Amino acid sequence: MTIAIVDYGMGNLHSVSKACERLGFDAVVTGDPSVILNASGVLLPGVGAFGDAMDHLHESGLDVVVREAAASGKPLLGICLGMQLLFDTSEEHGDHQGLGILPGRVVRFEGGSYKVPHMGWNKLEYTNASSPIFEGLEEGHVYFVHSYHVLPARKEDLLAVTDYGQPVTAIVGRGNVYGMQFHPEKSGEMGMSLLRNFMELAEGAKRA
Amino acid sequence: MLTKRIIPCLDVKDGRVVKGVNFVNLRDAGDPVELAALYDREGADELVFLDISASNEGRATMIEVVRQTAGEISIPFTVGGGISHVDDMKRLLRAGADKIGINTAAIVNPELISEGARRFGSQCIVVAVDAKYNEAWGEWEVYTHGGRKPTGIRALAWVKEAETRGAGEILLTSMDADGTKDGFDLPLTKAVSSLVGIPVIASGGAGNKEHFYDVFTEGQADAALAATIFHYKEIAVPDLKKDLKARGVEIR
Repeated sequence: MTIAIVDYGMGNLHSVSKACERLGFDAVVTGDPSVILNASGVLLPGVGAFGDAMDHLHESGLDVVVREAAASGKPLLGICLGMQLLFDTSEEHGDHQGLGILPGRVVRFEGGSYKVPHMGWNKLEYTNASSPIFEGLEEGHVYFVHSYHVLPARKEDLLAVTDYGQPVTAIVGRGNVYGMQFHPEKSGEMGMSLLRNFMELAEGAKRA
Repeated sequence: MLTKRIIPCLDVKDGRVVKGVNFVNLRDAGDPVELAALYDREGADELVFLDISASNEGRATMIEVVRQTAGEISIPFTVGGGISHVDDMKRLLRAGADKIGINTAAIVNPELISEGARRFGSQCIVVAVDAKYNEAWGEWEVYTHGGRKPTGIRALAWVKEAETRGAGEILLTSMDADGTKDGFDLPLTKAVSSLVGIPVIASGGAGNKEHFYDVFTEGQADAALAATIFHYKEIAVPDLKKDLKARGVEIR
């Protein structure tokens, strides 16, 4: 079984790919539609600006591929910007259309007395503890770096939040589609365990 | 709430850890990759690599160290030392570093902060400031070249400029406290923390656990960095974190 890490020219995918390897899963960094569609699970990472990322996805035709992968029922995980891309729109430097796989929008932090970006280790609070992504895991700390956050349109898509002066969307999920606002590959043992759970879902889906 | 971060710092020269590392349970205490992995296992929240290589070969070696480290650890790490161009930043980020520390080069060319932030995002740009109290001014002065050269620049004005230019974090070293083990420079740390809206990493002077408590509370630091006391096991990271947590500090 193979996990496809979608390479669309945004950010460094080395850390994510190495994290998969350390967990003992076979991961390939790829922009090849057939590899992505034949993988047992798909990771959509991303660092940078929303608009640039959508441009890259669109130019390479990978937006269609990622939507198709999501629709096929195979486990898909968006990480950081990759999670934000799953939603309808973002207001980061103007208005942008996202992939629209999950309903909701991406908005800027209203900083107030809180520093923006939200950067550092913050604790997850499960809003849906029965999700298989949390299998065997107690609420723990993970590493965030972001200036925009997601407001999902459906409350039931929210799996975990973190407290940063307001409840901030940390993990979303619906069916086979998941998103994590933080960097699981930079979140120590907790992050690695969440990644492992996702990979096991992918493995299970393949078997089934 | 965000937790306070504990950050061990490794000085690396030509691909080897220098300056007192005394780990008995390491196969090779001079190997930065192995040491980084150990700190990750012990619960360090982040790591800083300071490249003190003087040669181009040494710098090239650092890229390889960064690449290997990125594959071995699952916490963020910053690389600093001798970075004077956005191309240097790009190479290190591509190799897997999460953040880039710039010090002297930012003083010489403040545009480096703006350009780095624009190209890679503010969260990647850590401006390191070495400050020493200037009696005549009644405030702190910025030093460069590893704390040897006074610049005539006021530290508080400089950190503010760094923030305005897009720095994502300030790594603040007190030249007065560094090496003393008498504690972090609380007045300096507090002055900077209350002035800027970006996280401040306090550095220099850590000698015991109490010092960390003080810098997180009175000093208002977001993170605290130390080298020797961690390397020599005078303070173990897990003990320190347990102690701080017991005293009510938000800790992972």
